[in-house]
Amino acid sequence: MATFMEYMRAFVVGGLICAVGQLLIDYTKLTPARILVTFVVAGVFLGALGVYQPLIDYAGGGATVPLLGFGNTIAVGTLEAVREKGLMGALTGGLTASAGGVAASIFFGFLAAVVFKPKDKA
Amino acid sequence: MSTRQGKYTVKLDNAPSIVGFAALGSKRESEGPMAQYIDILNADSMFGQTTWEKAESQMQRQVAECAINKANLSTQGIDYVLAGDLLNQCIGSHYGLRDLGIPFVGIYGACSNMAESLGLAALFVESAIAGNAMAVTSSHFCSAERQFRFPLEYGGVRTPTAQWTVTGAGGAIVGASSMPPYVKQVSFGSILDKGIKDINNMGAAMAPAAAQTLTHFFQDTLTCADNYDLILTGDLGSVGSELLYELMERDSYNIRKKHADCGLMIYDRDRQDVQAGGSGCGCSATVLCSYILQSMREGKIRELLFMATGALMSTVSVQQGESIPAIAHLVHLSNRPDFN
Amino acid sequence: MSKLSNQAYEEMSKKASPPSRSGRNIPLAFLIGGAICTLGEAFINLYMYLGVPEKDAFSLCSVTLVFLAILFTGFNLYDDVARYGGAGTLVPITGFANAVASPALEFKSEGYIMGLGAKMFVIAGPVLVYGLSAGIIYGLILYLFKLY
Repeated sequence: MATFMEYMRAFVVGGLICAVGQLLIDYTKLTPARILVTFVVAGVFLGALGVYQPLIDYAGGGATVPLLGFGNTIAVGTLEAVREKGLMGALTGGLTASAGGVAASIFFGFLAAVVFKPKDKA
Repeated sequence: MSTRQGKYTVKLDNAPSIVGFAALGSKRESEGPMAQYIDILNADSMFGQTTWEKAESQMQRQVAECAINKANLSTQGIDYVLAGDLLNQCIGSHYGLRDLGIPFVGIYGACSNMAESLGLAALFVESAIAGNAMAVTSSHFCSAERQFRFPLEYGGVRTPTAQWTVTGAGGAIVGASSMPPYVKQVSFGSILDKGIKDINNMGAAMAPAAAQTLTHFFQDTLTCADNYDLILTGDLGSVGSELLYELMERDSYNIRKKHADCGLMIYDRDRQDVQAGGSGCGCSATVLCSYILQSMREGKIRELLFMATGALMSTVSVQQGESIPAIAHLVHLSNRPDFN
Repeated sequence: MSKLSNQAYEEMSKKASPPSRSGRNIPLAFLIGGAICTLGEAFINLYMYLGVPEKDAFSLCSVTLVFLAILFTGFNLYDDVARYGGAGTLVPITGFANAVASPALEFKSEGYIMGLGAKMFVIAGPVLVYGLSAGIIYGLILYLFKLY
């Protein structure tokens, strides 16, 4: 069973990653869209270097839930796919590994859009 | 007849009157300080329609009809309607006013629409092109947000300099010189771009244009803030207003005591979460065509400079890295028709 | 006023513009972001407890958080949380999900195909374009330099 410390680590690491994002929003001219791109590409980079897995081992959800984790998933998936399929794997690995999140976003997004309506912010 | 004053100002010697006016708002506006003066308030910002754009059209239709009724006229009695809004191709105005059957002059000055349309309407009447000319404009928070910024349900954070687009509309009918308020002078501004690129800080983008138009008007008429009871800007907000004071002071004009901004009047910034204040064409239109013109009729304000500013960029120009050009148009309204 | 350079005016406007309230924003981002990640951790543990292999549990956690973020978006609640959360709601995968659902919801009025369908990725698209491209470049490097 998970311990309290596991949850604490997830909370702190995840919170810190988000705090860094907030720093970027407040102190640079980076728009939210650019920050998301930065995080996901950084995640690919860190995953490629192999340094992100230790963070996942340490903080679990605190490392996988932020978009850095999404980038890492792409990198890890690419490595596995290249090992299995060579050149084709370079193309398919990232998308295959992240397929769950992407497909969920598309499908649930579609369903929500059909069912719900946007509301004024007044 | 009208005569030119100085380089930028036109004097309307016949001093046409604003013979009817009406204002409209929605939920946030009904919770703000101007609520009691606004003719039509509807807490449902859909205004009974199925899309935000259709709602904005409905707003223009309603405010135009209300202004016409209040002036004891019919649509037959209006010779021209001059209207515009923030939506692409001004569909808010076109669809809203398409059934009026009045010759339509479409305009676009972004948030300066009310001053631009009012100034033009007054000139139409002054030069006897029209017996009565109506100026209408609107803005809607939701239609503006989805066009210029983000979808409504998007979880974005608003910066402290951002402003809240007013869901409001205003209509003013100019006719023969018969009652206060009188339109005495009109000064159309030139486009001015001081290199501001931050679309979350429109006040800073527009303040230079406001300072330029106001300075030109003072120079043309050889007047200053002392000659007027109120200098009313459209939606400079808190940041833009402060910058306007500093810019005017550089040319030795002190307007601090006489200045008010519609964006800071339409909402109570302490109670309502609107950052730097209200904005949009509807901001100046709603405040002018309710509290301000009513106060002028009642003699509480005698000499008014109404100056609305507009930011003339689009989402495309912003994404292409361009800065924000701005414009400011000024209309001098007075309680008395004579020029002495 | 014409003698005022653009640069000088930029300085003036910076001084007149209130800065972002980082003293409030950063702690809130930390707290709300941390909370969402903790929730993710709880889901991972739940799925592993239910017998799901670890790797799939991480993936299922993403799917679950995406679902919840979109549900909140549909109920007009997500933006209320995000107003305070800032990067705390943006950086977790919930930000991506909301960025997909909110334009789909908003632009439905322009039709199911050209509105909902076409505009769904108008905000989140870059994440996929650049994330996947970075991955593909990495894959090419791996393959060409036989680093696998």
